[in-house]
Amino acid sequence: MTRKTRRLYFVALGLLAVAAGVGLMLSAVSDNVTFFASPSDLKTKSLTANQRLRLGGLVEEGSVARDGNTVKFIVTDTAERVNVSYAGILPDLFREGQGVVAEGHLAPDGVFVADDVLAKHDENYMPREVAEALKESGHWQEGGDPNAAPDIAVRETATP
Amino acid sequence: MHKYANPTRFMKIANTVMPWTTAIAVICFVIGLPVALYTSPPDYQQGDTVRIMYIHVPAAWLALMAYMVTAGGSAVFLIWRHTIAHVIARASAPVGAVFCALCLFTGMLWGKPMWGTPWVWDARLTSMLILLFLYLGYIALGDAFDDQERGDKAQAVLALVGSVNVPIIHFSVEWWNTLHQPSIVTMQGLTINAQMALPLLLMVGAFQCFYISVVVIRLRAELLSAKIRVARQNLAASGVPVAAE
Repeated sequence: MTRKTRRLYFVALGLLAVAAGVGLMLSAVSDNVTFFASPSDLKTKSLTANQRLRLGGLVEEGSVARDGNTVKFIVTDTAERVNVSYAGILPDLFREGQGVVAEGHLAPDGVFVADDVLAKHDENYMPREVAEALKESGHWQEGGDPNAAPDIAVRETATP
Repeated sequence: MHKYANPTRFMKIANTVMPWTTAIAVICFVIGLPVALYTSPPDYQQGDTVRIMYIHVPAAWLALMAYMVTAGGSAVFLIWRHTIAHVIARASAPVGAVFCALCLFTGMLWGKPMWGTPWVWDARLTSMLILLFLYLGYIALGDAFDDQERGDKAQAVLALVGSVNVPIIHFSVEWWNTLHQPSIVTMQGLTINAQMALPLLLMVGAFQCFYISVVVIRLRAELLSAKIRVARQNLAASGVPVAAE
């Protein structure tokens, strides 16, 4: 074995070791790397009182109700639904049928009390006319695009 | 492949390529920028804010590509000891760092009105910030050693270790829930409308060609300064007094 091949193996093995190390580390902290929990996660998670977390999903169509400063809506991942209440300014992209991430805690009555709401944007970019044409032809699904609606639910189950 | 480890031979190719990449970069910018910023349609959700994407996405891709060049060059340098590979790695890093910073900055400009916050510590944003720190660390480490040879090796090792971050950045939006959207390039094709994909591709072409041209200019400067260093050493060895650098 020449010195060059030895160095090649050394570099390759070194990289492999570093990658394995980082991979193990990331899978160990995967729960914390994940930015938000879905409504289904929320049902299975054991939460302590007032534990802060982020809830992510789609704003259910027709669920947004305003009461003075407070906005109430339902976050869904198409399997489970969670009632959310929030008092504050909503981002521009907050819309029914759109992705949203709410930060706050689960009140004893099962309502998620958010003190911060972020809009989640999906990967679909199109001009307004195209979006309208899609809606008219019936190729439109909640959340923007045929690919986008099951997006959050599918991603949940695919998470290692 | 080892034939091109010779700096003179390599620069001959680089110098031939460079006018072409410069020309393509200029053409792509001249057509792409007005299309991206004025004539392309506003997005159905984001309105005109979508135009930030035409800078943000090419900058992000370039930041990743420049890092892969740095890491690849470092691997070739460590294994085959080709100095030119290390010079390329060093030339690429500051360019990549600038575009990485541009990507983070434009992302924050977009995030404030769209998400409602300029910054969150989700997997994509955090790993991209780590890439910027890797770049800065790499650049700083190269000049931190008195012994140039040891500095070169340390730098190359850092670049290689940091390369683990590249797939993490790419797959972060698939492996974990992130606030950042998933990639617009999927196995099924682009999730972006053709009218918007065109200016995006033009801008990507412009950025990539600009990068190649800048790296070639930096290579020329680096090789010239190496020549001057050797000439000075030879002069000093022959006993002629030389002015300090």
